[in-house]
Amino acid sequence: MNLKFDPDRCFNCDSYACLTKCQYLNYDFESAREERIKIAKGEYSKVLEECKTCYSCEEYCPYGNHPFYRIVELQEEYGINLAPKPISKQLVKMYATKEKDLAAIREVGSKALSLCLFPDLRDNVKSKLFEGLPVIMGRQIFCNLVYLHFANMSVIKERARQTIENIKKYGVDELVCFHDECYGFFNSYAKAYGIEVPFKTVHLYEYLYNWLKENEDKIRKLNVKVAYQRNCSNRLSPETDRILDKVFELIGAERVEREYDRENGICCGAVFQMWGEYELAEEVQKKNVEDMAKSGARFAVFNCPMCYVALAERTAKAGLMPILVSDLCRLAIGEMPKLPGRD
Amino acid sequence: MLEKVNYAEIVHRCFRCGYCKFPSDYSEINCPSYAKYRFETYFSGGRMWLIRAWMNNEIEWSEHLGEIMYSCSTCRNCVEHCVFKFNEQLVDVFIAARSDMVERGLVPKKVGEFFNNLAKFGNPWGYAAKRLEWVGRDYANNEFLLHAGCVAAYDDRAKKSLKALLELLDVAGVDYGVFSDEICEGNEAVIMGEFGLFEQLMEQNRKRFEERGVKKVLTPDPHAFNAFRNYYGLDVVHHTQLLWNLVNDGELKVGKVEGKLTYHDPCFLGRWNGVYKEPRKLLSRIGSFYEMPRNRKDSFCCGGGSGNFYTDYLGGKDSPARMRVKEAAETAEILVTSCPVCLMMLDNAVSDEGLELDVRDISEVVLEALKS
Amino acid sequence: MYEELKAIVGEEFVSKEPEELYIYSSDPGTMPPVKPDYVVMPKTTEEVQKIVLLANKHKVPVVPMGGALSLSGLVRPLRGGIVVDMKRMDRIIEVNEKARYAVIEAGVSEGRLKAYLDKKYPSLRISTPDAPPIATVTANALIHGSGRLSQIYGFHSEMITGMEVVLPTGEICRVGSCSVSPYWFSRSPLPDLAGLFIGWFGRTGIVTKLGIKLFPKHRYRDVMIFVTENPSYVSDVIWRVAHTEMAEDITVWAQPRPEWAEGFQHTTIYVTADSEEELEFKKKIIRNALMDYIKQKEGGFLYLTPGMKAMFLQEPMSQLVRFADVRRGGGFEYVGAILPVDLFDVAYQKGLEIVERLGIDWAFSIRIIGRSHCMMFAYAYPFNRADEEDVERARKALHETNKAVLEMGGIPWKAEAPAQQLILESMDEGAKRLIKSVIEMLDPNGVMNPGNWEVK
Repeated sequence: MNLKFDPDRCFNCDSYACLTKCQYLNYDFESAREERIKIAKGEYSKVLEECKTCYSCEEYCPYGNHPFYRIVELQEEYGINLAPKPISKQLVKMYATKEKDLAAIREVGSKALSLCLFPDLRDNVKSKLFEGLPVIMGRQIFCNLVYLHFANMSVIKERARQTIENIKKYGVDELVCFHDECYGFFNSYAKAYGIEVPFKTVHLYEYLYNWLKENEDKIRKLNVKVAYQRNCSNRLSPETDRILDKVFELIGAERVEREYDRENGICCGAVFQMWGEYELAEEVQKKNVEDMAKSGARFAVFNCPMCYVALAERTAKAGLMPILVSDLCRLAIGEMPKLPGRD
Repeated sequence: MLEKVNYAEIVHRCFRCGYCKFPSDYSEINCPSYAKYRFETYFSGGRMWLIRAWMNNEIEWSEHLGEIMYSCSTCRNCVEHCVFKFNEQLVDVFIAARSDMVERGLVPKKVGEFFNNLAKFGNPWGYAAKRLEWVGRDYANNEFLLHAGCVAAYDDRAKKSLKALLELLDVAGVDYGVFSDEICEGNEAVIMGEFGLFEQLMEQNRKRFEERGVKKVLTPDPHAFNAFRNYYGLDVVHHTQLLWNLVNDGELKVGKVEGKLTYHDPCFLGRWNGVYKEPRKLLSRIGSFYEMPRNRKDSFCCGGGSGNFYTDYLGGKDSPARMRVKEAAETAEILVTSCPVCLMMLDNAVSDEGLELDVRDISEVVLEALKS
Repeated sequence: MYEELKAIVGEEFVSKEPEELYIYSSDPGTMPPVKPDYVVMPKTTEEVQKIVLLANKHKVPVVPMGGALSLSGLVRPLRGGIVVDMKRMDRIIEVNEKARYAVIEAGVSEGRLKAYLDKKYPSLRISTPDAPPIATVTANALIHGSGRLSQIYGFHSEMITGMEVVLPTGEICRVGSCSVSPYWFSRSPLPDLAGLFIGWFGRTGIVTKLGIKLFPKHRYRDVMIFVTENPSYVSDVIWRVAHTEMAEDITVWAQPRPEWAEGFQHTTIYVTADSEEELEFKKKIIRNALMDYIKQKEGGFLYLTPGMKAMFLQEPMSQLVRFADVRRGGGFEYVGAILPVDLFDVAYQKGLEIVERLGIDWAFSIRIIGRSHCMMFAYAYPFNRADEEDVERARKALHETNKAVLEMGGIPWKAEAPAQQLILESMDEGAKRLIKSVIEMLDPNGVMNPGNWEVK
């Protein structure tokens, strides 16, 4: 299972956008070229140690050459530990599929909603929005892309086919992915590694858009300003960011222009905390939330539950109401979602 | 539903840790029989271990063992607070063990009387039949069959509350009728482990319901509500639910009642069937409502359930009912409940304690609010 | 005698029925049952006194009982007699808010005192042990329990400020400041008679009232879990965290289930504060104290979801009891080894060696007592009560662990009768003679919980 990566594209690149646009590293064109070529050749580069695994270069690369996946592969090859070893190892064990997970697989019909590994959101999808859509979740369908943050490409590869096999066993032809990361796995990762996905996948935003469009009569426009936290895995499907704009438009949410959104989105900081990089975590969280606060938005909107956990309290203290995209849509159709993970 | 839980697979899993003795905040003993007796035999852990000992012939059945088993009012506080995964089955274990004892003819004296009367007369006291003749509204294809339940049919205090309910139904124009020859629905029989008797009662009732075309049942008795809902599988409404709908829809135009109100959750309405909101919404609408420290899932049982209103294993000066009314008196002036058994137990306890506390059924306070 | 007991406590609070005798013959641990002749539940000190006098008159043993949750069978009447269940003596007599102590009757449960303080004195707290909430404050303190504040203030026995005791001969006596003054503030500056009753498992008298220290309760609490994969790091991790004096409680857990936990040591650190700034500051100091490990990638903090945090912040942690269901058989028992923290690695390895050799389920759960002055290292073994072989396997593991603990220089806490004998075997002769003399002096008729601390 090899990454579709063409070094020549890097050698011939005239932008080095992967590094020059990076949110975390400061490379000018010249030094970026030097490090990029090392990476293309598969040599050691200090970028491998400096990389904050924000996924952004996957989006920045004009040629779709998968610079980020390449970096992660090399990080692993050169034995770079981004996180403390016990943390990385424990995480690998934590999300490994167990017998009981496999036993939970049932035929659910041709369409389903994947809630990934977020059981706390079970009640949040009990909504008209998702009516008639059976929910599947658990380690057995987990995409494992989280290990991109832990220099561990091999565990993702190892588990990838099985994950797809397991989903097939549910009998679905179409899978709606609640989380960007799952969608990215099927549509970016699988393609980059030549893995066949024998069912159709739909991004949550596309699903929401279609539902809302069909049920426009049920919508009461919210007329609010929202600050959006674009998560790392949305970099794997940048086209869906446009769809989100359309969703917001339908429900009357104005996505405020702010510094750290769209191409300039920054991390929620959760991964840095896991790595033990507390100062960096603090720095990105602080500037992100300050940016949200001064934007005049009423809601801080998340799609990634992990971003939500990392930033909800902080955004609330800054005077914003933290909420998931789907819950914001629920507000617009008169439902009252409860806080994720609360009884 | 009448499948007995296989308690031989469960009883040894109890650690006797005692979480089940408490409410969520550990402030008081919340297991009614343990609160009264205080011996380690009289809480769910003790019962689990004793059932196991009896099953393994380490102890023999005795009147005392029977009393320990039947002093459990099946209030489900233990189910709510047990930390183990078998928590949901705790009360089912006690019911199944009682049933095995019953099958072998092993029942304490008062429980035996209870069963005999129920079998012969259709009520625990052996009173005469035609218990609802005085209502004078025999069921004739009405929207609801009003099922009073044994206590509301015979106990003088509970009867008054039933009359209040009938008055409210009339004001609101609810279409109902009763069986003047109503018989017990058998909730206590099944909870006390007399499955045979229960099935007999259920069959009789079902037959009557079918013959007389009953579709929906309305009852002020949470015990009956439980049996109809969970064992008969009938469409049943408790009067708190109906009254809230009538008030909320404006069918009953209510004012305010004087005095601080508090509410005692009947176990068979609350912990057994999850009805907590409607009575609270009603009381908040018609007066100043205050919660007792132990409420909803942490409510403290009156000690009347599972036939204890008759057998009286939880009576006496340390009775749960007497503890409960003291708690209520510290909270409010009017203690409202929505169960004839609770009403009878708590009303008696107030007299015994000599407290200045008014005990009322929710229909009585709604009626007062209607007239104010 | 039954009639006499009835006359003392009232008919409803004495039993000689097989049901009560059965239940009071054992606790949830592995020790074989021993039946009492009577169970009584007194309401007052005077009733306790009368019971003890009666026991002397008939030369019948009398055994005090709290929550019966030691798991090491400490409340079994080893020589039969009267079990005195203290839980009806449940009055909270006094809380002195400014001097931060409470005076309670011996049957007051941990849960009840906690709830009482939460409601009436929200700025005060007790050092809650992780026993179920029905455990009594008094018995827990008397057996040298430990809890949420032990890392700062030591064993719960060190938090005792005074007591009222019914001596084995029936006299009532007070020890601590309350023997001189109306205040129960301290055991100092008097001859410390409390030591005659602490750690004796009821062999020297029945404590009927207790003065216990209360501590400031802070508005904010948080929990951090530091993970390592090398047990030899743990004592240093603890030492460093304790050094900061920023942590309230430090515990360590290691267990093979869930699978992700196996092979790792989890140092759980609780932090409390009165403001968010203070909380953040303390957490930062603690993280910095461990930064060497983090930088070298040898240890890091587990990312805790809100659900996990809530579970760890619960007091007591109800999750712990669920260990009894690991083998779906309602039982576990542990050797609580009191050891210097420095011996963590030795203790850990020895434990692994025992569980691997015996093929038994396990969990190690450690609480730091004092600023790493020592630790309570619990080797916990679950068993299926319905499977005698399984129970026997746990018994064997417990016995071997007791021996190993003594060999490595530790002492089993709340030791069951056979383990008490193991301890006595290792004990200094002078100390043993003193124990014997104290017992003979206080209990000439040998009626107070005989069979415990029996010097042969």
